[in-house]
Amino acid sequence: MSQPIDYNDRPWMDPDAEPFIRVQSVSKHFGDFTAVDSVDLEIYKGELFSLLGGSGCGKTTLLRMLAGFEDPSAGNIFIDGVNMNDVPPYERPVNMMFQSYALFPHMTVENNVAYGLKRDGLPASDIAQKVEEVLAMVELTRFRKRKPHQLSGGQRQRVALARALVKQPKVLLLDEPLGALDKRLREQAQFELMNLQDQLGVTFVVVTHDQEEAMTLSTRIAIMDNGRFMQIGTPTEIYEFPQSRLVANFIGNANMFEGRITENGPDHVVVESKEVDCEFYIDHGLSIQEGSKVWVALRPEKISISKGTPASGPTNTLKGMVHGIGYLGGTSTYRVQVGDRLIEITSPNQNRPKDGNPPIEWDEEVYLSWEASSSVVLSK
Amino acid sequence: MNEADKISHISLADRLNHVLQHHWKRLIVFIPYFWLFVFFLAPFFIVLKISLSEAIIASPPFKPMLNWAEEGIMQIRVVVDNYAYLWEDDLYVKTYLNSLKISTISTILCLLLGYPIAYAIVRSSHTTKHILLMLIILPFWTSFLLRVYAWMGLLADQGTINNLLISLGVIDDPIRLLYSEFAVYVGIVYTYVPFMILPLYANMEKLDWTLLEAAADLGAKPMTTFFTVTLPMTTPGIIAGALLVFIPATGEFVIPDLLGGGNVLMIGRLLYNEFNANVDWPVASAVAMVLLVVLVLPMMLYQHIQSKETEG
Repeated sequence: MSQPIDYNDRPWMDPDAEPFIRVQSVSKHFGDFTAVDSVDLEIYKGELFSLLGGSGCGKTTLLRMLAGFEDPSAGNIFIDGVNMNDVPPYERPVNMMFQSYALFPHMTVENNVAYGLKRDGLPASDIAQKVEEVLAMVELTRFRKRKPHQLSGGQRQRVALARALVKQPKVLLLDEPLGALDKRLREQAQFELMNLQDQLGVTFVVVTHDQEEAMTLSTRIAIMDNGRFMQIGTPTEIYEFPQSRLVANFIGNANMFEGRITENGPDHVVVESKEVDCEFYIDHGLSIQEGSKVWVALRPEKISISKGTPASGPTNTLKGMVHGIGYLGGTSTYRVQVGDRLIEITSPNQNRPKDGNPPIEWDEEVYLSWEASSSVVLSK
Repeated sequence: MNEADKISHISLADRLNHVLQHHWKRLIVFIPYFWLFVFFLAPFFIVLKISLSEAIIASPPFKPMLNWAEEGIMQIRVVVDNYAYLWEDDLYVKTYLNSLKISTISTILCLLLGYPIAYAIVRSSHTTKHILLMLIILPFWTSFLLRVYAWMGLLADQGTINNLLISLGVIDDPIRLLYSEFAVYVGIVYTYVPFMILPLYANMEKLDWTLLEAAADLGAKPMTTFFTVTLPMTTPGIIAGALLVFIPATGEFVIPDLLGGGNVLMIGRLLYNEFNANVDWPVASAVAMVLLVVLVLPMMLYQHIQSKETEG
């Protein structure tokens, strides 16, 4: 079994690393509809790679092409160096965990898990042992004689996982693996999934529409829209440095300000936004002409809110009126009206209201300020 | 009419009204039961009674079971000779076995023919599906008898098939198609194959096709997937279809009579002969009762196994 991926080991940064899955200008058309539009993708051994996007973005079609249930209309898919185009699903070194789990309703848990091993023609004693091991791993040994309809949702999900993992595939494909679970169970299952992947070192490709799930699980995420990748990167890269407004809005929330570049230095840019009458000083350079139209994205939690004038001066500061407060326990969400715009701010509730400064109230005048490194300039 | 009578009369009508208004939902349930009682259960007991009576030359041609003997003593005569007769004369046993053979083989043929058709219908596109289903149901718009007569025209010595084969030079003399077991099989399979296809279609329509993908994903070749997933998942449809073909085919009268002629022994024809030609109602009734037992026992056995399986 291969080494699990190390936190500092980023094979996608290594120019010599050989990708384990290589998707080469793959398209898929259904009649007039283009589900996947000439995409390229490289996934490395031991990664937990997520395809993230809304419904109909093409993520499931891409996964199904990896599994072999759909043939690409154009392009090639290589897994471990072998072109998969003419390889039927039952001969591919991949296993899939289906969104509906697709457990065989007429078989017991045990027989569901053993199904793939029987197809490999393993001797009965080996099958029994492997089934035993994998059921112990997902803690379902007690339920081995049950039929799927006698299990809870979480148990079924674990049977599906066990059935896919028991064949020790080179790649495990997971279609919305946690989608059918309720919130509490989902969080627990997320960590179980990560632990398993870490232990086994199998390459996971996960399809999900849940950005939180993708952020928690993945080594890297590909954000898909209209059959194309909008951005591929680590969760941090995608959150902190989105390359487009679409990505910035898809992952987390962002306040978006339209403006023009008034100053373009080597280590900073200044963007003036007429919308809120503010100068944004951003401490990263940008290869874009002065005067061009851009957008500044500012995450709600990167803005600090105060009653007094902030020290930073006129740049990166806005003055507004509190329009609404949502108390969420650990954090509070403020909606502050600046001009015509409502700006969202998330702020941790570090002190209990009675101890600290008088709390910010509705309809109070407040100042918003942020660091020069907090905002991102987007050109599309 | 005095006062008391009036009151009781009104209150009775009121009570009836009350029952109808408040319990009509429950009463509705009894209508089909009432129907079944009058037109199924009651005739069943009449036939049972006749089968236990003695045949005489009279009208009706059997001795009444209940008899008032002298001095007001009621006499009940139960005669089991008719059943014994069915066992003694091997014509009946042979005919039952032949009926079962023909209906079993016909059911298997219907399954072999109907299963791929149902599968193809389910897998076809939305519009094609409706056209194909319509084509399956379409023959029901023509009288069953007419369709059997049409087969006589096709299969006869001077019929369409023989004439065609002779004109093509495949054969010189007509081959015997009509009035053979072959013709009976053709007739039964032709008539009953929709009853196999429709329950199979209904069953397959509910089938979760991702199960087939899951099987392929786990390394099962198409054939293996069929035998390990598709077939077990469609077993309820197969059983429903098989019963719908097997039961009426066993008792079939028109097809063996018209297409088999005197050459094919089937219990439906025998029953008809006992009843009409021999005017032996008790034996005819016994034949019917035995047929019922032959058909009902395997069904009850199947249901028993089914209910055990769902419990387990």
